[in-house]
Amino acid sequence: MQLTVNGEPRTCDDGQTVEGLLTSIGLDPRKVAVERNREIVPKSTFATTVLAAGDVIEIVHFIGGG
Amino acid sequence: MTETTVPAAVADTFTVAGKTFSSRLLVGTGKYKDFEETARAIEVSGAEIVTVAVRRVNVSDPSQPMLVDYVSPKKYTYLPNTAGCFTADDAVRTLRLAREAGGWDLVKLEVLGDQKTLYPNMPETLKAAEALIRDGFKVMVYCSDDPIQAKMLEDMGCVAIMPLGSLIGSGHGVLNPVTIRLIKEQSSVPVLVDAGLGAASDAAVAMELGCDGVLMNTAIAGAKDPIAMARAMKLAVEAGRLSYLAGRMPKKMYADPSSPLAGLI
Repeated sequence: MQLTVNGEPRTCDDGQTVEGLLTSIGLDPRKVAVERNREIVPKSTFATTVLAAGDVIEIVHFIGGG
Repeated sequence: MTETTVPAAVADTFTVAGKTFSSRLLVGTGKYKDFEETARAIEVSGAEIVTVAVRRVNVSDPSQPMLVDYVSPKKYTYLPNTAGCFTADDAVRTLRLAREAGGWDLVKLEVLGDQKTLYPNMPETLKAAEALIRDGFKVMVYCSDDPIQAKMLEDMGCVAIMPLGSLIGSGHGVLNPVTIRLIKEQSSVPVLVDAGLGAASDAAVAMELGCDGVLMNTAIAGAKDPIAMARAMKLAVEAGRLSYLAGRMPKKMYADPSSPLAGLI
C-alpha cells in the first residue's frame, strides 16, 4: 500500500505497524517521534498501531538548533 | 540565597520550573561545523541546558549521525524549541512531537514574525503559550522586550521570560537595557536574555542587568574559535552575575581620587 512519509511517497506491506515502518527504514524507534495524519502516535503504541493506505506519516527527531 | 556576600555566589544557582541549575548560560546546538565541535563547545561552556530543534528524519539516509549520539540527553537538559515556526499551530504541533520524542515538558517557545528579522510574533506567541500551558507544558518563552506583554506571558503561567537582546543571530548585544531591566524587575519567574548576543561583554551586560541567565547559539558557533568563545562566555556570565551581586559603584559626574588627599607633600 501507498503512504506518504516525510513528504515522500513510500510503499509498504499491508498490516505494517509504525514500529515495522521505522525498522524497515533503519531508524531506532527510541530516537524519533511519529505523527500519523497529524495525530501523535505515542511511543508505547508503535508496535500496535497498524498503518492504513494513504496515511500521512511524519517522523521527526532532535537536531542542532538555537 | 544570600545576595550580598561574594562567597555565596559560588553556590549561586537558578531554578526554572522546579529544576535547579548551577550554570546560567544556556546554549543552542545549531550552526557548528560538526557534532564533535558541538559537543566540545557545549562541554567547555559549562551549560546544563541546551536548545534543540525538531525536524524530519532523513528517511533516505537513516544512518546519518544524530545529535543525541554526541550530546547526551542524559547529561544535558534538552530544551526543544520551535525555531522556524511562524504560527501558534505550528509551534504547538512541533512541541507535542518534541515531548513524544524526548518525554519531557520543559520547552522553549518561539513564534517568529518574518524571515528577515525573526522578530517574535507576539499575538501568535501568546496564543501558543496559552495552548501549551493548558496541555501541561512548562514554557520558557522567547519574546519581544515589551514589559507589558512579558507580564501577560508570566501571568499566563510561562516558567521563564526570554526577551531578545537584539535580532536572532545579529550579534548586536543588548540594544535596550532599560526594557530588559524593567522586565527583570517586574518578574517573579526567571528572565533570560535570548538572542542577539555577540561577544562576552554582551553576556556580561545582560547579567549585570540582573537577568537570571542568557541563551545564545551563534555567538559561540559563529566565532572564529567556537571552543575559546564558549569559555569566554562561561566566564562572562559568571563575571556579570558576580558583578551584579556585588553591587556596582554609583556613576558620578566628576572625578573622585582613589588616593587620599591628606598628607600630600
